[in-house]
Amino acid sequence: MDESNASSPKIKIHNLSFYYGNYQALKPMDFEIPEKRVTAFIGPSGCGKSTLLRTFNRMYELYPNQRATGEILMDGENVLDPRQDLNMLRAKVGMVFQKPTPFPMSIFDNIVFGIKLYESLSRRELEERVEWALRKAALWDEVKDKLNQSGTSLSGGQQQRLCIARAIAVKPEVLLLDEPASALDPLSTARIEELIHELKEDYTIAIVTHNMQQAARVSDYTAYMYLGELIEFGRTDEIFIKPKRKETEDYITGRFG
Amino acid sequence: MNEHTLKQFDTDMEAIRTAVLNMGGLVEQQLLRGINALKSGDGEAAHDVLADEGRINSMQVEIDQLCSQIISRRQPTAIDLRLVMTFGKTINDLERIGDEAKKVATKAQQLRQSRRVTAGQLHVLTWVSETARQMVQKALDALARLDLKAAAEVLREDEKVDAEFVSIMRQMVSYAMEDPHTISACIEIVLIAKAIERIGDHAKNISEYVVHVVKGKDVRHASLAEIQQEISKG
Repeated sequence: MDESNASSPKIKIHNLSFYYGNYQALKPMDFEIPEKRVTAFIGPSGCGKSTLLRTFNRMYELYPNQRATGEILMDGENVLDPRQDLNMLRAKVGMVFQKPTPFPMSIFDNIVFGIKLYESLSRRELEERVEWALRKAALWDEVKDKLNQSGTSLSGGQQQRLCIARAIAVKPEVLLLDEPASALDPLSTARIEELIHELKEDYTIAIVTHNMQQAARVSDYTAYMYLGELIEFGRTDEIFIKPKRKETEDYITGRFG
Repeated sequence: MNEHTLKQFDTDMEAIRTAVLNMGGLVEQQLLRGINALKSGDGEAAHDVLADEGRINSMQVEIDQLCSQIISRRQPTAIDLRLVMTFGKTINDLERIGDEAKKVATKAQQLRQSRRVTAGQLHVLTWVSETARQMVQKALDALARLDLKAAAEVLREDEKVDAEFVSIMRQMVSYAMEDPHTISACIEIVLIAKAIERIGDHAKNISEYVVHVVKGKDVRHASLAEIQQEISKG
């Protein structure tokens, strides 16, 4: 894990809270997500880790009565500012979900769909971009001869890599992965994990996972959350060998009390 | 420490811990036999030491396997990981202590037969080997109870044993120079003293692992003052 050279923060979270109606799902928290590193969020179900992830691209705004307060500074700009252009934000902050979500259209069109929202490219440029994204997502060799087939015809692991390709096709800066491998078999999981390792060369990655070993394998930094609170944030090696907080140690060692 | 939600994990860890302490008990007994051989020239002691050496070796292999199993099946992290790693390292030190105890027991027998060894010399060797035995016992106690105070005591005592070894060395060199007839006895005494000094070092290693388990800091190459400072930190 390349943690030798410190990375500057890509996202600075300051005094962030989140509410579902009157229920406070995230207690005020402060931390920084380092650039071009993988940050994993772990914690029991309902601890708020997916909620937190959804604040980074304001995905929660798709639902009524949900709001975030505080600041999420991405390159100095507050993501939560109402004047923030949501389309631009989501182009900058891509997201992949637990269940693969290919659109019911061809593999090619799946990738092009996102690009067309933000850019107008020539056919040739589009083709180049699709190939680039599929190569980045380590899917090109498997689909290059069937780009016109439906995205839904792919296996689960391939579908998930297609979704990752679709997310990176718009050249985001941050990738949010919400349990990207929990519905996949070990081989597909390994491919996704290898992909995460390669993608962090270019992107800042935040991943939510229930699989602690996965967090240990793929991440440079780990955040442990419990009941809406950020209990501990630190380098993954430290969290998994000598966490500072007893709550973290109990959780990662399987003492769930 | 709370229990694991997965009870079998606790059972597995406890099995390793018990096996390590049993191995430690046997190694301690070997040491005691060595000391008895020094005290009385007890030929039986040397014989028993050789007989039990194989048991110690097979315990080492068995515990090593248990450690591999728990790593592959349970993926221990944090304090569990530090404990398993410590058990794996401790059994190597214990096995080496067993080897050194064998040296003490067999050489003691030869030494007792030599006319050139004084009661005073035997007394010093017995005293320092008793100190080393207590260090091993205390190091195992420290491991069993994750007791930093006991670990710190072992580290301090190791300095005494080291100093005693240097002093025995010097004495033997001067004896040998004064009377070349004593050279062979002096060498035997130095070899026994060296074995005892090594036993102290292994007890010290185990105590340092205990500090790592509890504090999460590797103090293997730190000075005694630095280690004591680490231990006293909250």
